[in-house]
Amino acid sequence: MPTVFEAPEINWAAIAPMLVVMAGGLIGIVVEAFVPRRRRHSVQVALSVVALVLAFVALVTLTVDNRVKTLGGSVVMDGMSVFLQGSLIVFGLLGVLTMAEKFGGDRPDAFTPMGAAIPGSAYEAAADRAGLATSEVFPLALFSLSGMMMFVAAGDLITMFVALEVLSLPLYVLVGLARRRRLLSQEASLKYFLLGAFASAFFLFGSALLYGYAATTDLDGIAAAITETRPGLEPLLVPAILLVLVGLLFKVGAVPFHSWTPDAYQGAPTPVTGFMAAATKLAAFGAILRFVYVGVEGTRWSWEVGLAVIAALTMVVGAVLSVTQTDIKRLLAYSSIAHAGFILVGVLAFSTLGLRGVMFYLLAYGLMTIAAFAIVSMVRQGGTEATQLSQWAGLGQRHPILAATFGFLLLAFAGIPLTSGFTAKFAAFAPAIESGTLGVVLVVIGVLASAVTAFVYVRIIVLMYFSDATSEDVVAAEASPLTTAAVAVGAVATVVLGIVPGPVLELAAQASELIR
Amino acid sequence: MSNVPWLTILGLIPLVGAVVVAFLPSAETAKRAALGVSIVTLLVGIAAASQFEIGSSEQFQLTEQYAWIPQFGVSYALGVDGIALALILLALVLTPVCLLAAWNDLDGEALRHENGSGRRVQTYYALMLVLLTFMIGVFAATDVFLFYVFFEAMLIPVYFLIGSFGGARRRYAAVKFLLFSLLGGLIMLVAVIALYFVGPGGPDGFLVSNLTGVDIDTNTARWLFVGFFIAFAIKAPMWPVHTWLPDAASAARPATAVLLVGVLDKVGTYGMIRFCLQLFPEASQWATPVVLTLAVVSILYGALLAIAQSDMMRLIAFTSISHFGFIILGIFAMTTVGGAGASLYMVNHGFSTAALFLVAAMFIYRNHGRQHIEDFGGWQRVTPALAGVFLVAGLSALSLPGLATFVSEFLVFVGTYQRYPVAALIALPGVVLAAVYVLWMYKRSMTGPRPDLGRLVPDISLREKLVVAPLIAAFLVLGFYPKLALDIINPAVERTLVYVGVEDPAPTQATPGSER
Repeated sequence: MPTVFEAPEINWAAIAPMLVVMAGGLIGIVVEAFVPRRRRHSVQVALSVVALVLAFVALVTLTVDNRVKTLGGSVVMDGMSVFLQGSLIVFGLLGVLTMAEKFGGDRPDAFTPMGAAIPGSAYEAAADRAGLATSEVFPLALFSLSGMMMFVAAGDLITMFVALEVLSLPLYVLVGLARRRRLLSQEASLKYFLLGAFASAFFLFGSALLYGYAATTDLDGIAAAITETRPGLEPLLVPAILLVLVGLLFKVGAVPFHSWTPDAYQGAPTPVTGFMAAATKLAAFGAILRFVYVGVEGTRWSWEVGLAVIAALTMVVGAVLSVTQTDIKRLLAYSSIAHAGFILVGVLAFSTLGLRGVMFYLLAYGLMTIAAFAIVSMVRQGGTEATQLSQWAGLGQRHPILAATFGFLLLAFAGIPLTSGFTAKFAAFAPAIESGTLGVVLVVIGVLASAVTAFVYVRIIVLMYFSDATSEDVVAAEASPLTTAAVAVGAVATVVLGIVPGPVLELAAQASELIR
Repeated sequence: MSNVPWLTILGLIPLVGAVVVAFLPSAETAKRAALGVSIVTLLVGIAAASQFEIGSSEQFQLTEQYAWIPQFGVSYALGVDGIALALILLALVLTPVCLLAAWNDLDGEALRHENGSGRRVQTYYALMLVLLTFMIGVFAATDVFLFYVFFEAMLIPVYFLIGSFGGARRRYAAVKFLLFSLLGGLIMLVAVIALYFVGPGGPDGFLVSNLTGVDIDTNTARWLFVGFFIAFAIKAPMWPVHTWLPDAASAARPATAVLLVGVLDKVGTYGMIRFCLQLFPEASQWATPVVLTLAVVSILYGALLAIAQSDMMRLIAFTSISHFGFIILGIFAMTTVGGAGASLYMVNHGFSTAALFLVAAMFIYRNHGRQHIEDFGGWQRVTPALAGVFLVAGLSALSLPGLATFVSEFLVFVGTYQRYPVAALIALPGVVLAAVYVLWMYKRSMTGPRPDLGRLVPDISLREKLVVAPLIAAFLVLGFYPKLALDIINPAVERTLVYVGVEDPAPTQATPGSER
């Protein structure tokens, strides 16, 4: 029975923010080709900032009262999409600011002059002498960001998969572009790419099985199919859901799919690490929320325990392994794994309050993470980043303001009251406790893991404040207004969301509705 | 009733003072300013206390209430009953005393850290003032969430006070202190969240008044009780979770140790009255046998270990563990006399420990920082007046009749004996052991032949007289006229027992005709 192809309705206003970001990336490529080299950097930065600001304006003006499903149901602009896309644009803006940092040099400090050159080769040295710079990182970041924005709004599995790839591929490249310790960076990139490809394959296989079960890739269609009985197809359902979840949980760095996280975080250029930690985590959790809440909640009893076990493992493994780390970036990577576990506890509440808590957590965590990594990129010894913990000893005496800011962010990671970390933890844990015994058990594991992570953060404060410096030449690089602004925004947001979280919580509450 | 927000003003004065002190250019001015701020706070506190009506029908007075995070059910609600008021006044009196006592403690620090920021004196005094704000807040909070926020936030200034300014083992002590407290606090967090959901909920669901008398399922209430109790037992501290206290007290500066043991730890026992007893009456009675056992163990164990100590500061810390055992015994005896005794004990113990710590510190300062008892001997011939003060402080610690601590210890024993004679009898040797540890320490350190110090050691100075005078005055006044404090405390204790739903046991042997 041949059916006539009907072009779907397109609500341009609703998808305008994504289009603006993507257009920014495309124009960026043109800039790369035509603008003279010495002006390329500033043009790219300005273009990215303008694109992101425009996207944010479009989001606020066009989509707030325009909550619709569009493109035949494959893009859903509901409250959650708007809130998460807004957060993503803010992360993108802060990320671009930190990536643009030059630290007094003539090109972006964190990135290699020539990504394609073999590390240590004459070709690389020549590129360096020629003053080349990889200013294409900005369009790459914009493309990745547009993928993330689509990821949180994807209403069917195919769109979700495309978004997953659009967000991942630029990130694989960005991870490999670190200027120093090139081999480590390339290794990180390759690892991330290979494992990411596996995860995508799992996701795709799960989607195929779900299509086999429901005869549709639309999340609403799947939800409807679950309520009916499908003779002979029932055994497909749970494996399919678990496979899709594997693909998504890989992106948030949940145990046992976390092994890429420390390597990628350590090898990537530090500003990219910050951006990735904040934005990828948020986007992937957005997709998990939509898949789980909209698509397959009907059969929750059959996979809920599995997800709970993963949440518990993630919290415990992340917390315990962070204790043994000696590198600040790996330490923050393991702590981000533990945080992914805390957020999963909120997801498992299966309630509107849980949705609110998770969204608030993602925003608060992202802001403090970007600021924290920006500070990591500033601490230097002999021109390179001092990422060994021992190098941080006595920092509080020489750079009181920098150390105080970092110490404050660490307290926020630890979830001390009057910081956004505490509010976020409360927002995510409270609905879990309300949801029943399983939730209470998870929260108890969560607070015990928090105590372990607190030990880790406190140890860094001990190093910075209560120890004397081991070497005198560890200094904080003089940051430009760009990085300073990113750190300031992150730190101020951490204070404000800790002391007066009311307005943002209210915003998250209004946004916690999903269009089914 | 006036509408002046007394408690908010009281809390803000030291906070603003702390900011000012932190930015003052000279260390001398900073000290004077901090002392001035603490005295002003004390005067305002006395003015606030004069507004307190004894025998009012409301549980809390001087109340303030504003919505803070309505999404979580949190209000910014302050108010005091008699017990809280007495403890706030204790904090207000001890802070200027401690600031004055610490006057010369940091001299020479600026030299030792010549490459540091050189603002250590300012930082120390500012942190002490911040701590005062949190101490006022924690006792004045009438919202469970707000209490929790102060309870946890308070740890941070103490952590820095110990870790940045303490003695040789400061790092270990600071981390141990923070981890014990955080662990307790996080367990309590689970109970705090769960409490909201068993309560009436709504935008002010965390108010103590809304949570009192709520009908909670027996099992749930017992779990919640345990969550709160563990946090308070760590704070108090009680055997077997007391091990952080001797380390913290001996590594901290004496003035810090006084506020830590004298006031902060009272949050534990205060919390038991306000939250454990008032919110979970049935569970409190259920747990009484265990709690009393632990209290008795603390009394005897603390006293025995105090006898065995060779370090003066650790010795005093262990005496406090014994005394906290008495306080908890009085609270869980659940009689009017026991409760009043315990509450009065909290105040008296504050003064008594302050005197012991500070006078011991004066000796240690004169002995070039040596804290061991065997480093002394015969000092009453060197500094007779100071030794006399030490003896008075020691006698107060062993509860000599005529001094304030005698009254409270006596009341605790009477109150406990009324309901639990066996517990009272087993705890009784604690009194004898107290005499042993105090007098033996005095004998070893102060009596004996005049030591050959080879230098002139000054006796008590004017500043030191000003430090000890208010403390000794407090022992004597509250020793001979305890009614002053008991009149404020008693109504609060009686009200708590009404919440618990117990009445004092009828006097035994009250047979008819006994009036002959």
